[in-house]
Amino acid sequence: MIEFRAVTKRFPDGTTAVDRLDLVAGAGRITVFVGPSGCGKTTSLRMVNRMIEPTSGSILVDGTDIASRDPAQLRRGIGYVIQQSGLFPHRTIVDNVATVPMLLGWNKRRARARAVELMELVGLTPELAKRYPAQLSGGQQQRVGVARALAADPPVLLMDEPFSAVDPVVRTSLQDELLRLQSELGKTVVFVTHDIDEAVKLGDKVAVFRTGGVLAQYDEPGVLLSRPADGFVDSFVGRDRGYRGLSFVSSDGLPIGEVVTVRVGQPGPAEVWTLVVDEERRPLGWFDGRSAGGGPVDADDLVPGGSLYDTGSGSLRAALDAALSSPSGRGVAVDDEGRVLGSIGADDVLRALADARRAGAAV
Amino acid sequence: MNWVLANLELIRELTVQHLGFSLPPLLIGLLIALPLGWLANRTRTGRTVLINLAGLLFTIPSLALFVLLPIVLGTQILNPVNVIVALTIYTVALLVRTVADALAAVPQVVVNAATAMGFSPLRRFLAVELPMAVPVIVAGLRVAAVSAISLVTVGSVIGFGGLGRMFTDGFQRDIPQEITVGIVLVLALALAVDGLLLVFGRVLTPWARLRETAGSTA
Ligand SMILES: Nc1ncnc2c1ncn2[C@@H]1O[C@H](COP(=O)(O)OP(=O)(O)OP(=O)(O)O)[C@@H](O)[C@H]1O
Ligand SMILES: [Mg+2]
Repeated sequence: MIEFRAVTKRFPDGTTAVDRLDLVAGAGRITVFVGPSGCGKTTSLRMVNRMIEPTSGSILVDGTDIASRDPAQLRRGIGYVIQQSGLFPHRTIVDNVATVPMLLGWNKRRARARAVELMELVGLTPELAKRYPAQLSGGQQQRVGVARALAADPPVLLMDEPFSAVDPVVRTSLQDELLRLQSELGKTVVFVTHDIDEAVKLGDKVAVFRTGGVLAQYDEPGVLLSRPADGFVDSFVGRDRGYRGLSFVSSDGLPIGEVVTVRVGQPGPAEVWTLVVDEERRPLGWFDGRSAGGGPVDADDLVPGGSLYDTGSGSLRAALDAALSSPSGRGVAVDDEGRVLGSIGADDVLRALADARRAGAAV
Repeated sequence: MNWVLANLELIRELTVQHLGFSLPPLLIGLLIALPLGWLANRTRTGRTVLINLAGLLFTIPSLALFVLLPIVLGTQILNPVNVIVALTIYTVALLVRTVADALAAVPQVVVNAATAMGFSPLRRFLAVELPMAVPVIVAGLRVAAVSAISLVTVGSVIGFGGLGRMFTDGFQRDIPQEITVGIVLVLALALAVDGLLLVFGRVLTPWARLRETAGSTA
């Protein structure tokens, strides 16, 4: 657990970067700091490992005031990942990852073995071990940065815009990877970003800062989207927050309707949209009976389906998106194995939303 | 050619002497310049003072230094220590700036990352900043080496050994062959030491020439 108690940071030139910050980042949770450029996110983060000293107030990590700890020692117990990866260009990947274990006095063999383990954990093949950072892609370098931060198994992990320098596809996969890692490792993570979507996706709780280093709102992502504290948070969270907020509403009560299915080669029903499935009842696409004129379903005639609504991990957002992106207007609901369970319409989703609101969900 | 063949033993002796005069100052000079360069990089005033001082030292004419040092050090005029000290001064003067610049060129991101991982300042210097400065320092060392090798010949004018002896001797006894061979040998020595340092630097920093071969985007 990381506790900020009335923490203020004023730089010598008079800039107040952080203004009386009171905040608790829960143990084993991902806490995201988000806000516009210059609002004090990095400064707040760097006070946790004493790269910056607060002007006043105190910070406690697992109950101990960090001001009483030797900075170098403290830092060896706090993983730190930054945007530009900050890897040592003169060291091989395996030695980069082994840095903190070596600092802690492990022998070289054990540190390297641990490093290889970590590389695998973050999805890097061991063949990369002997390369230098310049021989890796940006996405791979970020993974190395994460592996390096985790090598000595620190309870706390600080991440400062770690994924913002990579392209959107790589970023999404790195985010998913982080969530998977976190579900295994349960670190106390503080994650800085200026991207509200990233904040909402990763954060168990999200702290929105405004310029001047003032905490504007600190809440769970669902609450942030549905009940922004003020106009600033509202505009920062963005236009389609209503839609994005659906991610945090469970689709448990959503009724799943019938859907007519057909297999390739069978005669296609005329005049209606029919869902084409394979032998396992997995969806292949839609068959448009009006344009096909009654012949058998040809694999080449299929209209690609929209996104699928996985009922196992479903949110109303996934359900609504499935309905909206389907050519037939009916979203395809599937089970964990990807087999068709039925279909849903956008109006079903809206009705479920109204029910959830009546039941008191924060939507 | 007959002069060369008749004097192989002398040539060998002078070459060894030449190296004996020029290599120790390089090593000692580097060892002194490293902490000074680090110091120069710590504060703005430290940098100004040290770098200007180094620049000033470098402007002292070598001949004057060879003559002055015995007075300052209380040594005999032909004591080899004088040459070693003089060349060490030049090496330090050259390298302080190089070391300071090389350390300043280490990306702040990397230094910060090292600090954040829990390196103590000294350990960070030895494990991160210094190794990353090696390519630039070696480049400076190559310049210092070539200049030391050529400066040793100045010492020969006032009576020290080394290949410069072949200039003075060849001139006095009118043996053009000796002068030519002397010049060629000094050049060859400079090139050889320069080449060795180049190779040494590359072996030490296999990572330094990777940047153009690999992309850094995702
Ligand atoms: N060393 C410093 N000296 C003076 N002012 C500073 C210093 N470091 C940061 N600041 C100022 O403090 C404020 C907060 O900076 P900080 O780096 O924490 O912002 P940030 O939220 O991380 O912004 P970004 O999203 O752009 O990274 C800014 O106004 C910045 O200019
Ligand atoms: Mg920042």
